[in-house]
Amino acid sequence: MILNRRRFLGTAAASAALLSSPVALGQTRPRVVIIGGGAGGATAARYIAKDSNGAIEVILIEPSRTYYTCFFSNLAIGGFQPMSKLAHSYGTLASEYGVTVVHDWASAVDRENKQVRLAGGDAISYDRLVLSPGIDFVKGAIEGWDVTAQNKMPHAYKAGTQTQLLKAQIEAMPEGGTFAMVAPPNPYRCPPGPYERVSMVAHVLKQRNPTAKILILDPKEKFSKQGLFMEGWENHYTGMVDWLTDEFTGGVQRVDPNTMEVVLEDETIKADVCNVIPAMQAGGIAQQAGLTNDEGWCPIVPATLQSRMDDNIHVLGDATQNGDMPKSGFSANSQAKAAAMAIRHALIGSRAFKPRFSNTCWSLISPDNGVKVGASYVATDDKIAKVDGFISQNNEDDALRKQTYEESLGWYAGMTTDMFG
Amino acid sequence: MRAAIPALLPSLLAMGFLSGAPSIALAQDIARGERLFNACLSCHDVGKDARNRIGPHLNSVFDRKAASVDGATYSKAMKRAGADGLRWTLDALNIYIENPKNLVSGTRMNYRGMDKKKDRSDLLAYLRQFSVNPANIPEASASLLQQDAPSLHEETYLDGDAEYGEYLSGECTSCHQSNGADKGIPSITGWSQPDFVIALRAYQKGHRPHPVMQMIAKRLSEEEIAALAAYYKDQN
Repeated sequence: MILNRRRFLGTAAASAALLSSPVALGQTRPRVVIIGGGAGGATAARYIAKDSNGAIEVILIEPSRTYYTCFFSNLAIGGFQPMSKLAHSYGTLASEYGVTVVHDWASAVDRENKQVRLAGGDAISYDRLVLSPGIDFVKGAIEGWDVTAQNKMPHAYKAGTQTQLLKAQIEAMPEGGTFAMVAPPNPYRCPPGPYERVSMVAHVLKQRNPTAKILILDPKEKFSKQGLFMEGWENHYTGMVDWLTDEFTGGVQRVDPNTMEVVLEDETIKADVCNVIPAMQAGGIAQQAGLTNDEGWCPIVPATLQSRMDDNIHVLGDATQNGDMPKSGFSANSQAKAAAMAIRHALIGSRAFKPRFSNTCWSLISPDNGVKVGASYVATDDKIAKVDGFISQNNEDDALRKQTYEESLGWYAGMTTDMFG
Repeated sequence: MRAAIPALLPSLLAMGFLSGAPSIALAQDIARGERLFNACLSCHDVGKDARNRIGPHLNSVFDRKAASVDGATYSKAMKRAGADGLRWTLDALNIYIENPKNLVSGTRMNYRGMDKKKDRSDLLAYLRQFSVNPANIPEASASLLQQDAPSLHEETYLDGDAEYGEYLSGECTSCHQSNGADKGIPSITGWSQPDFVIALRAYQKGHRPHPVMQMIAKRLSEEEIAALAAYYKDQN
C-alpha cells in the first residue's frame, strides 16, 4: 500500500485532535529513532510510518544522501548493472511517508537517557530505537590492512565508491595478471557475495583479459552455493579460478598494500588487483552502545528483534546474532517488518501477529545464468530458526537459469520499492 | 482434424493403463473423451498433421514442458511456468483442465474448466492416444482416479481478515511490487479472491513448480491465505 498524502495528512490531523483531548494532554506522539538507512532501517522507517498512519513519529538517521545497495553491486562490477541503478534517495520516505530523514552520523547512544547523539552536535531522544548499522571490519583482522589501504586493496563490501574503484582496477589489470581475493571468515555479510563477485570478475576478464588468473584465498572449508559456483566456474571460466583454502596455503599471514603482496605461509603472491574482505563485526555504533557480545554481534530476542541488552532498542540485519538467518539485505528487510509490528504494538497498541521471516539470495554466475538459495524461518525462544529451504540445482536448463536471473531483477525492483517507497 | 485410433491402443489396454483397478468404478471411455474434445477444438488441434491454432497442438502433450511447442503463442505466465519446470504430466493436465487458473493464473486459455472427474478422465484417455512414445505416458496416478484431484476450490476464502493480510503481505512485497509492476516477478495485486487462493493452494500442494513460492505457501494456513486474498483484491 502506498500511503497517499491525503490519507496521511488526514490521519495526522485526526491524531492531532486526539492529542488535544484531555486524556492525552501534554503528550506528544511516541517517537522511533532509526539509525542506518539500509535494508533494515529504511524498511523499518517505511513500515512504521505507513502502518501507524502518522501516529508514530519516525526519525531516520543516515549519513548518506544517496544510498548504494550492496546487493547487486557485484553485478555492477560485472557490467550487468550501471552504478547509477544501485543509487537510491530518501526523498520518498520524507515526502510520501512523513519520515524525518536526518543526514548525519549517529556518534553515540545514551541508553540511560534514551538519546542518540549526532556527530553534528544534536541529541535526539527516542521512545524506541532501531539500530540497523550493518557491519564494520574487525580492526587488525588482516595484518598490513586497514581502511587507509582500501584504495590500494579495496574491500568493496560497502557499495558505492569502493565498488567503482574495484571495477576500474579489474578493467585496468595488465594482460595475464592476477586478481587475488582475501575471503572473509564466517560469519559475514552476504554469504554468496564473494563468490558471485569472483564470477563477475571472471566474466569481465574473460572478455578483456582471458589469460588473467583469479585466486581466492579462503579461511573457510566450504561456502554458500559452493556446488553451483564451482560448476559455473568450470563451465564458463575454465582454468581461470583457483579456490585455495587455509589448509592448502597455511592462511594469509599479512598483506602489503604498497608492494601488492599477499604473504602466505610458504609463499608470497604478487597481485595486480587485491580484494581484501576482512573479518566483520556489528557496525561501530552497536559496539559503542554496548549491545554486542564477545563475538562482536548483537544478540536479539527472536520474535521482536529487541536487543538482549536493552528492551527499548531493536537491532536489525547484519549486526544481529539471530540464530539461523544469514546476513543479507533480504533478511534485514524481513526482520524490519517483524520489528516494526512489535514497535507499533508496544507504542500505540496496534495488532500484533506472529512474526515470520524469510530470505532468498540470488547470485549471477554468467550472463543469464542465475541461481538462488533461500529459506523460511520462525522465532523460537532461543533463536530465529530455519524451518524450510531450497537451493537451485546443478545442471538446470538454460531457460530456468535465465528466468532465475530475470526474477532477481524483479526482486531488486520489489526490494528497493519496499525499502524506499 | 481427427486422428485414426492408433495402433497403440491395444498395447495400452494390455498394459492396464486404461482398464483401471477393480476398486475404480469409472472406466475411461475414449469415445466419450473424443466427444468432449469438441469443446477444445476451436483452439486445439490433435492427431495427424495437427497444427497450432489459438492454442498449441496437443500431439505428444504428455510430459511435454509447458510453453515448449515451436510457433505456438503463449502467455507470459505460461512461459514463466514452463521455465519454472511445469510439465504436462497426467496429474498436471488433470488439474489444469479442471480449471486452467489452478496452475497458471495468467493463462491465455479462456476456458472455465471441466468440473467432472469422469469427464476429465475420459478426455485425457482420448488425448493420451496421441502421445506416441509410451515412455512419455505416465502411469495414471492414484490422485487422478481415486480422488477429486484439486481441492483447490473450496470456498473458504471470502471472509479473510484483510488487516492480517496486510501484515502478511510484508512477506510478499520483498519480491512482488505493491505497485503491480510485472517484470521478472509477476504482479499479485488486484487479483480476485478465488484466483489468489487457488494459486497459493496449488503452490502449497506442489502442483505449481516454483520453489520459493512452494516454500512460502507451505507455511500459510487457510486462514492466512484467505487474509492475503482479502487484502490483495483491493490493491491496485
